[in-house]
Amino acid sequence: MKQFNKKNFGWLIFIAAIYILIQVGTATGIINAFYEITLMTILINVILATGLNLIIGFSGQFSLGHAGFMAIGAYCTGVISIKYPTVLGLMGGLLLGIAIASLVALLVGIPTLRLKGDYLAIATLGVAEIIRIVILNMNDITNGAAGLSGIPFIANWQITFAFIVISLIVIMNYIKSSPGRATISIREDEIAAESMGINTTKYKIIAFVLGAASAAIAGGLHASYFSVIRPADFTFMKSVDILIIVVFGGLGSMTGSVVAAIVLGILNVYLQPFGQLRMIIYSVALVAIMVFRPSGLLGTKEFTISGLLDRKSKKKSMKEGEAE
Amino acid sequence: MSLLEVKQLTKNFGGLSAVSMVNMQLEDNELVGLIGPNGAGKTTLFNLLTGVYEPTEGVIDLEVDGKKTSLIKQKTYAITSMGLGRTFQNIRLFKDLTVLENVLIGMHEKNKVGTIASIFRTPAYYAAEEKMRIEALELLKLFNLETKVAELAKNLPYGEQRRLEIVRALATKPKILFLDEPAAGMNPQETASLTSLIRQIQKEFKITILLIEHDMSLVMDVCERIYVLEYGRMIAHGTPDEIKTNEAVIKAYLGGE
Repeated sequence: MKQFNKKNFGWLIFIAAIYILIQVGTATGIINAFYEITLMTILINVILATGLNLIIGFSGQFSLGHAGFMAIGAYCTGVISIKYPTVLGLMGGLLLGIAIASLVALLVGIPTLRLKGDYLAIATLGVAEIIRIVILNMNDITNGAAGLSGIPFIANWQITFAFIVISLIVIMNYIKSSPGRATISIREDEIAAESMGINTTKYKIIAFVLGAASAAIAGGLHASYFSVIRPADFTFMKSVDILIIVVFGGLGSMTGSVVAAIVLGILNVYLQPFGQLRMIIYSVALVAIMVFRPSGLLGTKEFTISGLLDRKSKKKSMKEGEAE
Repeated sequence: MSLLEVKQLTKNFGGLSAVSMVNMQLEDNELVGLIGPNGAGKTTLFNLLTGVYEPTEGVIDLEVDGKKTSLIKQKTYAITSMGLGRTFQNIRLFKDLTVLENVLIGMHEKNKVGTIASIFRTPAYYAAEEKMRIEALELLKLFNLETKVAELAKNLPYGEQRRLEIVRALATKPKILFLDEPAAGMNPQETASLTSLIRQIQKEFKITILLIEHDMSLVMDVCERIYVLEYGRMIAHGTPDEIKTNEAVIKAYLGGE
């Protein structure tokens, strides 16, 4: 089996190490209840940011509607798991959310993905607002502006962690494949991509749908963990928050998005004591980083285990004359 | 029938007729030139043939699997997969991708690897990926780019970028290759090596090449037949020797009474 190569084994150990680290942290109480909320916010933001990065950073389509798809996932999970407060209910809700979000993305993507740049951004912004307004007005299912409360707490950080791993594997496998390269070629030069025989509309839509589905997962986990959701949680500002993470980490770098979600999440915690000044410092930090690293933390580069291993084994072989 | 048949092709932009009543035939495995002064409509004609523009009038038929297929109202990507490859006047490589990735993207459509298969990394995915990689490396080797596979396309010198664009177009396995001013911005030595490159492509890939060019020496040197456009009209057609002495062509290029 080619799946079990050195590279994937390295990632497996890496993922397991992080899992154990968090597990130890929560067990010893270093990660207390307050930090756990931060941890969950970070984990959910990782899913949101990587999904949006697929759309913006890889297919090159500027979407501002991520919060809309997140809302679909959140409400589906909320409604279903209130009725069936079990793990199965949560999974059912997530699946429904993924299905509806993908369907909406497909229906919306076919006409709007013909638009370019700013026009697409405005169109997707509109779509997210429509989704929010629809949710706001479906009183008997969504409880309107008051939102859903008392959603049973099922999605702990372990479940969320599992979903991050799954969604990252899906997204990474996609971009590191032939269809993924076709998607990236649209970002690079759409006219050239067309003349390579690539059906650009198709790959834009695939990226858009995959991104929307991952946003729905994130929304569902958000609903299940925080147990209260309101339409006001999924406004334009939420989309911008995710966009900031993506741009900060580097458009076109998945690991960049992960790192950015973690860094911004931690930055937020450390800025808590500053109260009112917090948002100002946060913004100044963003401006500073964009000035000094205009293409984001990692640019389009990816952090890889094999890169790390190569570097290490090179050092080792230089020292000892032979690597393991 | 001919491999590609163009009849009465016309494209109007408002009141301006960029291409009007153009007839053209391309046969199997021949090297044809398309020349004309600036603004004659050469690139417009290319864009009509490759589906970038929709013609106002006229017929474009391509022989696909022995059947006559109209290219009118077809999407660019569909036309490419039917066997028309092209390069661009101003190089359009995927700049931030590696040389190898550029070629692999060209191969994507002919080696369909499904999205689902890619996500789940099925054996079919690995097999297709391996096959594409081997083919791409072979192709790059043929054009002396094998040492640059891991290089970003934007970091290649100009001449190699041009060459890579041709390799990438060949990766789509075209029956007809359109080269839009491949010698633009090249010095005489580079043009000379391009000349031999074009000959080599025709010989090894057994494909038809349509060459748009400003550089007369190149066109006269390699092309078997030449079409001449002026103000959107086809004013002459013939062998290089015929074109050299054609009065209408001389007038178009040098002016005159």
